[in-house]
Amino acid sequence: MTFEEIQQLLQSEFNNLTLEVSNQESQAQINVPAQSMIEIIGFLKSNKSTFFDLLSCITGIDNGKEAGNIDIIYHLYSIPFEHALIIKTSIQRGTPPEHPPSIDSISAIYQSANWHEREIFDFFGVIFNHHPDLRRILLPNDWQGYPLRKDYKEQEYYRGIKVDNNFTSETNN
Amino acid sequence: MEGLLDKKFNSGGVIITKVDDVINWARLSSIWPMGFGIACCAIEMMSTFTSAYDLDRFGIMARASPRQSDLMIIAGTVTFKMADRLRRLYEQMAEPRYVISMGSCSNCGGPYWQHGYHVVKGVDKIIPVDVYVPGCPPRPEALIGGIIKLQEKIRKETLMNTPLLDKLVGQSTLTSN
Amino acid sequence: MQNNAVQYIYNPENLDQSDPLYTNINNLKSHEMVINIGPQHPSTHGVLRLEVVMDGEIVTNVIPHMGYLHRCFEKHAENLPYPQIIPFVDRLDYLAAMNSEHIYAMGVEKMLGISEEISTRTEYIRVLVAELNRLSSHFLGIGAYAMDMGSFTPFLWLMRDREHINRMLEWVSGARMLYNYIWIGGLYYDLPVGFEERCKEFTVYLKPKLTELKQLVVDNKIFINRTANIGVLPLDLAINSGVTGPMLRASGLRFDLRKVDAYSVYPKLDFDIPIGEGKMGQLGDCWDRTFVRIEECWQSIRIIEQCIEQLTNDHKRTRSFNPQASIPKKIRPPKVDFYFRGESPKGELGFFFRHNSNFDIPYRCKVRAPSFCNLSVLPAISKNIMLADLIAILGSIDIVMGEVDR
Repeated sequence: MTFEEIQQLLQSEFNNLTLEVSNQESQAQINVPAQSMIEIIGFLKSNKSTFFDLLSCITGIDNGKEAGNIDIIYHLYSIPFEHALIIKTSIQRGTPPEHPPSIDSISAIYQSANWHEREIFDFFGVIFNHHPDLRRILLPNDWQGYPLRKDYKEQEYYRGIKVDNNFTSETNN
Repeated sequence: MEGLLDKKFNSGGVIITKVDDVINWARLSSIWPMGFGIACCAIEMMSTFTSAYDLDRFGIMARASPRQSDLMIIAGTVTFKMADRLRRLYEQMAEPRYVISMGSCSNCGGPYWQHGYHVVKGVDKIIPVDVYVPGCPPRPEALIGGIIKLQEKIRKETLMNTPLLDKLVGQSTLTSN
Repeated sequence: MQNNAVQYIYNPENLDQSDPLYTNINNLKSHEMVINIGPQHPSTHGVLRLEVVMDGEIVTNVIPHMGYLHRCFEKHAENLPYPQIIPFVDRLDYLAAMNSEHIYAMGVEKMLGISEEISTRTEYIRVLVAELNRLSSHFLGIGAYAMDMGSFTPFLWLMRDREHINRMLEWVSGARMLYNYIWIGGLYYDLPVGFEERCKEFTVYLKPKLTELKQLVVDNKIFINRTANIGVLPLDLAINSGVTGPMLRASGLRFDLRKVDAYSVYPKLDFDIPIGEGKMGQLGDCWDRTFVRIEECWQSIRIIEQCIEQLTNDHKRTRSFNPQASIPKKIRPPKVDFYFRGESPKGELGFFFRHNSNFDIPYRCKVRAPSFCNLSVLPAISKNIMLADLIAILGSIDIVMGEVDR
């Protein structure tokens, strides 16, 4: 199935939605609103003609304070049909941990999403609703801040060890 | 029948030496490291342990438990999450214990020095280190060099004159060589 | 020297605060217990920590705890130019640095649109060194797994053979493990003179060793008893959990990105994709996974032989060949999102780039690590097994913690 056919199929199925398509070079992606993302991905997986059975990867990208949003990008692949699709959705950036950004979890559809979403929670502070086990996955449980957010400041000390040990900062202080 | 040692030591195989030297000789000839690796350096450490470089020649064989080991080879990047565990393992080892910091990451943070927010820049911030082996990762020869350096260090030690003993005796009249 | 002093403040509470148990001990039944394996345990293949809930000797739940080797790759990638990321890519999957470099370099080349300019000889050299590295990675995987299963000899023998590869790749690149040999747009240097002959000798040397290895490991009665019918991974669960690489193939699906995506010179090479057949037990058990890895070693040798054939005949060493000829002076990718994937020894290794500046530093570079996804299936396939079988399953996944934690 070509990208245009998938796009038409989605448009006819979800006709009240506006699906934005950004066609960049060879890798086309569909921008979907965050509220209907889970429906669309569920449809793409269960539909006989698309059958995206492999979720390669979920990527979180912080667009910074000016843009004020976080992109979540899903890479889908269909093993029998050998076609790939990129689903992109944007959510408000929020200020975790008090006002965290949130989006629905797709771990009920793809089991592999479980750890990818935990990782995005760990790095960006995004809360995934209905996630079975949303804990930090890579950083320690008592770590402060979300390191891949653009405004991340390293905490000064952890267990009495200076975290930011750069030569420049040490000579300045 | 005369054995090798009989030929070497006449007068009935009696050797007169210092207690320190005998004990140090025994200790440095059977350094048992803890069989535990962290990252890339651990693979080079495994190469050193196995067929091609064969650390058994130095009386070195890996033990699985910190309670039985004399030496901890920090082979890899130490992160903050690992720091707690590393310190605990070190506390579990029996004295006298030694630490070899293998590779740039555990020496000073290595390539992760600048942007590695989760990397401890030097394992010596967590536990005292005896020998530093540079390299990323160090060649097996470099690790063997580090172990020989450690052996030299052990050879110079004296159990007869430890600071603890001094404290017990209340004086420090004994002098070390 | 305040820098060298021990700064760490020891507190017994620290362990629990940095990585607490997932299981609530108060809710455990009287016959249940929680056992902690790792992160320094020899058979966890690195710094993985497993929290195992046991009912007597039966494992009822496994909770992996990762992050003990989180080295902030993605933060480094946001701060460094594309060529300088390559050494960090090496250190992701440190057992297969060439494969990771190859995939990364191809990804950036595709994004820059210069992948057509790479000479065929360069690509053959890349595939040659990558396949050598795949062999060395599988050797360590199989060797360490055999050691977990109680036999020490395969490990020693495989480390001996691995040393040959290490030394050959050192001859090529100057480093034993982490090479930084494949650059964006080319190579660091041409193959050294005499390398092709040495490589040919090595393949002749290796073939009887591989036959021996098969007899020693997968045909061994004890090994079969330890691994057959253990940790059966059904195909639907494997795909749903994002499992790729030898693990997916052991479950019976002929899915190899070298064939599917047909990148580099792989379409010109003749090789098969071994899959699990369930000879000793059910399809997709631990035995099948080891069997697939050993069969892949044979296929790698076939690829290496064909590469040498090409490199000594059609794409011979010439005086004018410059492996650095098409290295771009300025790296200025278009402002795109770009995902590229390839087959590393562990599975699908993907790099996702977002570039939106006029510099040569990516805005975001995310790694889709095969070990990370493969490990995530561990809790699902290790329910209601014996504790010793848990080690068998974990070893057969062949994880590299550098890649799991990044």
